[in-house]
Amino acid sequence: MGTADMTAPETILSVKDLRVRFQTLDGTVEAVKGINIKVNAGETVAVVGESGSGKSQTMMAAMSLLSSNGEATGQVDYRGRNLLEMTKSELNKVRGRKISMIFQEPMTSLDPLYTIGNQLMEPIRRHRGLSAPAAREEALKLLRLVHIPDPERRMKSYPHEMSGGQRQRVMIAMALANDPDILIADEPTTALDVTIQAQILMLLAELQRKLGMAIVFITHDLGIVRRFADRVYVMRQGEVVEEGQAEALFANPQHAYTRMLLAAEPTGSKAPPPANSPVLLEGRNVEVVFKIGGGFLGGEPLMLRAVDKISVRLKRNQTIGIVGESGSGKSTLGRALLRLLPSDGVIRFGDRDISEADRQAMRPLRRELQLVFQDPFGSLSPRMTVGQVITEGLLVHEPSLTGKQRDQRAVEALREVGLDPNARNRYPHEFSGGQRQRIAIARAMILMPKVVVLDEPTSALDRSVQKQIVELLRKLQADHELSYLFISHDLAVVRAMADYIIVMKQGKIVEEGPTQEIFDNPREAYTQTLMNAAIDSTRFRISA
Amino acid sequence: MLRYVFRRLLTAIPTLFVIVTVAFFLIRVAPGGPFNQERGLSPEIRANLEAQFGLNDPLWLQYVHYLGNLLRGSFGPSYNLPDFTVTELFAKGLPISVQIGTSALVLALLLGSILGTIAALNQNKLADYSVIALATAGSTIPTFVTAPVIQLVFGLSWKLLPIGGWGDGALINKVGPVLTLALPQIAIVARLMRGSMIESLRSHHIRTARALGLSDWSVVVKHALRGAVLPIVSFTGPAAAALLTGSIIVETIFSIPGVGRYFVDAALNRDYTLVMGTVVVIALFTIVFNLIVDLLYAVVDPRVRYD
Repeated sequence: MGTADMTAPETILSVKDLRVRFQTLDGTVEAVKGINIKVNAGETVAVVGESGSGKSQTMMAAMSLLSSNGEATGQVDYRGRNLLEMTKSELNKVRGRKISMIFQEPMTSLDPLYTIGNQLMEPIRRHRGLSAPAAREEALKLLRLVHIPDPERRMKSYPHEMSGGQRQRVMIAMALANDPDILIADEPTTALDVTIQAQILMLLAELQRKLGMAIVFITHDLGIVRRFADRVYVMRQGEVVEEGQAEALFANPQHAYTRMLLAAEPTGSKAPPPANSPVLLEGRNVEVVFKIGGGFLGGEPLMLRAVDKISVRLKRNQTIGIVGESGSGKSTLGRALLRLLPSDGVIRFGDRDISEADRQAMRPLRRELQLVFQDPFGSLSPRMTVGQVITEGLLVHEPSLTGKQRDQRAVEALREVGLDPNARNRYPHEFSGGQRQRIAIARAMILMPKVVVLDEPTSALDRSVQKQIVELLRKLQADHELSYLFISHDLAVVRAMADYIIVMKQGKIVEEGPTQEIFDNPREAYTQTLMNAAIDSTRFRISA
Repeated sequence: MLRYVFRRLLTAIPTLFVIVTVAFFLIRVAPGGPFNQERGLSPEIRANLEAQFGLNDPLWLQYVHYLGNLLRGSFGPSYNLPDFTVTELFAKGLPISVQIGTSALVLALLLGSILGTIAALNQNKLADYSVIALATAGSTIPTFVTAPVIQLVFGLSWKLLPIGGWGDGALINKVGPVLTLALPQIAIVARLMRGSMIESLRSHHIRTARALGLSDWSVVVKHALRGAVLPIVSFTGPAAAALLTGSIIVETIFSIPGVGRYFVDAALNRDYTLVMGTVVVIALFTIVFNLIVDLLYAVVDPRVRYD
């Protein structure tokens, strides 16, 4: 998107030998290890890497936004002046005025207690000394610039009254309020739905054309890099391992890590189960209604139809991908089918009708119907050893096992998910996100289930780790003829995992069919939007 | 909003009813009666007194009578201070307790918030550790220790304050009791404020404010403090109800004629009507202050709406 003047690019920001250290209980951790990065006027630079690569901390250090236990050394020169040596008041004349920043968390990055208008006017008044009415005019202009509908009304809105995409637009408006030289965008779309992601990226591109600022994209998403960046820095464990023009870097990656990143998209596809494969789990006209508000003297409650008469048939050895944006009801559907939520309609497991089964009746079936969650950090009890975590279900479902037999099963389950059996004596916090997700999978697998609902099992993981988890899940499916209900908003992963896809929106099925068909010929407009929004991050796969 | 207030006041009626009922029967379960302690009371006089106050009636009938009187706004006569009705006792003592309690509460909120904020802004530095030490001391040293110490030092040695007495509400007479009452509350507020301010300062929107180059004043006061004040608001409800209804220790040590003594004295003397009066007053204060706090909450946090 950059239109940098190729003849004489003026370097406006240069990071020289930057080091960032954090004092932690385990001693000093060096997050950034002496890196060099430069940003020219008007260009788009991407800093790419997986979590823990130091890409965010580099820019946090430049903006003096490190947490209190962090310390930066080296140089971050903005137009010849070292930001790291500025006094706070000097720095506050640069931050928000010459260099501004937007963040990954649109939901929490705005102050929940003030109106949008108030928050927008504040940086304008501070940096330009405008009167309140003049700043208000400016704020309105900015809201129009970022295409917020009905800006007059929105000035009076509070952040919680807006969607994530709109809040990110407001963040962008605030960041651009004083026409900065550089906009640092730290994973600006990661927390948003795919269709919204695309809109925000388009907006940034459009604003860059209009306003001509340089953009520094901090991202793990190579699709964004490929599409928008002029130059790229690839970071790994606090170091820049490769840098160069985006085109050249994608065409001919030099460093093994860059090549690994580029190949990290999950690949392959799943063949459908044989036609005579029996239906294991079936839902007919499943309906989940949430009651909001109401109660004692509370008036009429609001009824929210989260799942609206949906029918699903999951066969043995089949993977159904359930796709949709946040709030589409896909997770609710998964939970309803496992009878973890009260629902209307018919649900059958094997040849049993479990629509009316209560907790007591469901308990023996639970071992065959397992669930793996998105959050590998929150779903494992921090006070239990991994061994205790994964064998807990055995206590309920196979109480006759001796401690020794349970331990043996734990060893087998851990081996099966590719972890060292010694892991069972350690605690969850000692493991990385990917390893924890393996532990969560082992906890489900130890019970030898027939159906596993996987609720965004890879969404919190880095791409390269995602690919490993996808491969693990596939292997487990092949070994045990498992049936998966794979809930995800990530089309690349769903495409690799599922043989059948259901697209959901607002509690309803928009479209369903075999994976290949859905991807090749999406019939519904919504599916097409979803595909188009996601396609850029899946198309660039290069042959290594 | 008005509808919400009305609804809350409506739900207060059954709450009060339950409290009154439970308290009425609980105090009757305790052995003894209002006229047992008075030695030298001949059995005839005692029987006469009990008959006069209807204490010989079946318990349910006494309960019905009490509820009836309560509905008419009468708490009945005090059994142990027979020259006064319970209402008169409260009319005299409550304003005094409320004055002392309000002053202590305001002092605690102001000083506690400031100390907590200073601590949070200097986390793990000297100022922070000093506040933590002070707060720990403030909440561990009991009032029956601080009160005499204040009397000794400021009253007896330095002669800056009177040792005790109400002095018809002279300002100087209030300093000791207010200080004693406020100290542990200052400690609690400071600790609460420190915790919530640290959390608030770490939140994403504070990072945004800093990234926009806003002044420290705006970052700390406008953005961090307003969010951090919410736990303090919640704390204020029950704290106000407790402080404004008087403290037996402070009132006894400083000889203040408030209502704090009534609860304990009345309970010990089986002064049934005075116990019930105290229960109703404390319950009313609690209900009203919790409602005020909930309304304040909506003022501070626009995400809270009651309609």
